[in-house]
Amino acid sequence: MTVKYTKDHEWISVNGDIATVGITDYALHQLGDLVFVEVPEAGRTVSQGDETAVVESVKAASEVYTPVSGEVTEGNSGIADDPATVSGDPKGNGWFFKIKFSDSSEFDGLMNDAEYKAYVASLD
Amino acid sequence: MSENTSASEILLTTPLDALHRALGAKMVPFAGYAMPVQYPAGILKEHLHTREAAGLFDVSHMGQAFLMGDNAIEAFEALVPGDYQGLAEGKTRYSVLLNDQGGIMDDLMATRIAGGLYLVVNAACKTQDFAHIEANTRGRAKLEILADRALLALQGPKAGAVLARLAPTTADMTFMTFRKVDIAGIACFTTRSGYTGEDGFEISVPADRAEELAKKLLAEPEVEPIGLGARDSLRLEAGLCLYGHDIDTHTTPIEGDIKWVVNKRRREDKGFPGADFILGQLANGTERLRVGILPDGRAPAREGTEVQDLNGNTIGTVTSGGFGPSVGGPIAMGYVKTAFATEGTPVNLIVRGKALAAKIVKMPFTQKSYKTA
Repeated sequence: MTVKYTKDHEWISVNGDIATVGITDYALHQLGDLVFVEVPEAGRTVSQGDETAVVESVKAASEVYTPVSGEVTEGNSGIADDPATVSGDPKGNGWFFKIKFSDSSEFDGLMNDAEYKAYVASLD
Repeated sequence: MSENTSASEILLTTPLDALHRALGAKMVPFAGYAMPVQYPAGILKEHLHTREAAGLFDVSHMGQAFLMGDNAIEAFEALVPGDYQGLAEGKTRYSVLLNDQGGIMDDLMATRIAGGLYLVVNAACKTQDFAHIEANTRGRAKLEILADRALLALQGPKAGAVLARLAPTTADMTFMTFRKVDIAGIACFTTRSGYTGEDGFEISVPADRAEELAKKLLAEPEVEPIGLGARDSLRLEAGLCLYGHDIDTHTTPIEGDIKWVVNKRRREDKGFPGADFILGQLANGTERLRVGILPDGRAPAREGTEVQDLNGNTIGTVTSGGFGPSVGGPIAMGYVKTAFATEGTPVNLIVRGKALAAKIVKMPFTQKSYKTA
């Protein structure tokens, strides 16, 4: 399973024609304790870079942008009910939404694991 | 507390700067200073710790001054609606500097001390506040800015026990009183007051001994360092105004629902700026009022959120909003048209284009626990 990353600190993992999107450890560390999460409804059509989910810490609200275009097939109601799930397991149970992507070439512009690690290192 | 400043500006530092960094604080620009927004524990834990035990805050960026002289009290009263002639020495009173239109230039704490007043004003306003006070009291009082003193706040239900251990004579101080006291052998002065809704103290300490005092306080088992992030969520739960957000030059104390700062004697002498306008509002009411707003759901409504009535008409704006860790949900305050300011009135908050149900509530959101006797 391929995992790719965005400069906005989303991860996206591909399984067939469905991709799962979440936020990275780096993003979590920047945000601090999450107190509210809003995930998209199934059926919503989004374009690459659209604000698709929302995360809020005590201090501020931030957007989660979809790394690829397509149709949302599921939002993770588990993290909407309990935002702390994201902090405990950002790459597993803390996923945000699944998307049936429409243009696989959009993955080409995303970073692989090594590239993302280098990118994060350049930020500190 | 007030506005952030741009990152391009050269930031001032407080005497505790090295300590904040050693403690792992995340430093941010605030009112021209590099200040700790949070420590590694994070805002949520820092907030809850302050409500359960005791938190230590660096508020050295705030402005401290003495206003001294035989006529200092009378001269100061010409700038504020508070009765300071009627305040006993050693007592502290919250007030606001008013402009000629009755707008709030800043909020402050003023304490009657021997020979005058001890003032604490907001960091972002301190330069203009002190210039304003000096210009308007010249010849009758002398303003002495205490640039060589730091200010620490020790807040929370265990603050009294902690400070009594290091300075036994503070044990019998009550809310809004002042005392000169040695704390762990350091000559300080302290008021029993704060900005969290909890019991606690603000401690003025010589700058060159501030780190030593902070370390002694942090060595007490109940005390953890707390950043500006939790300071903001704590004061919001307590229903306390943040200057520049909840009150400013475009709001009066009556609109801001702090009409109690217009003390009885001052209503009669009318000798404060904007008195006619403010007393008119006291008699006739205002078009809008500051209120508490409690969202029904889980989504926080941040500063700037539009408030609508149930028919979709704009009736106001959120001026402070976020998540209340002790409340366990979102809370806000803001201004609404007076017709909608009654407790229990249902309203909608427009968050990301959606109307979210909320209602007007009484503040504070959490019970205050000051030591009043």
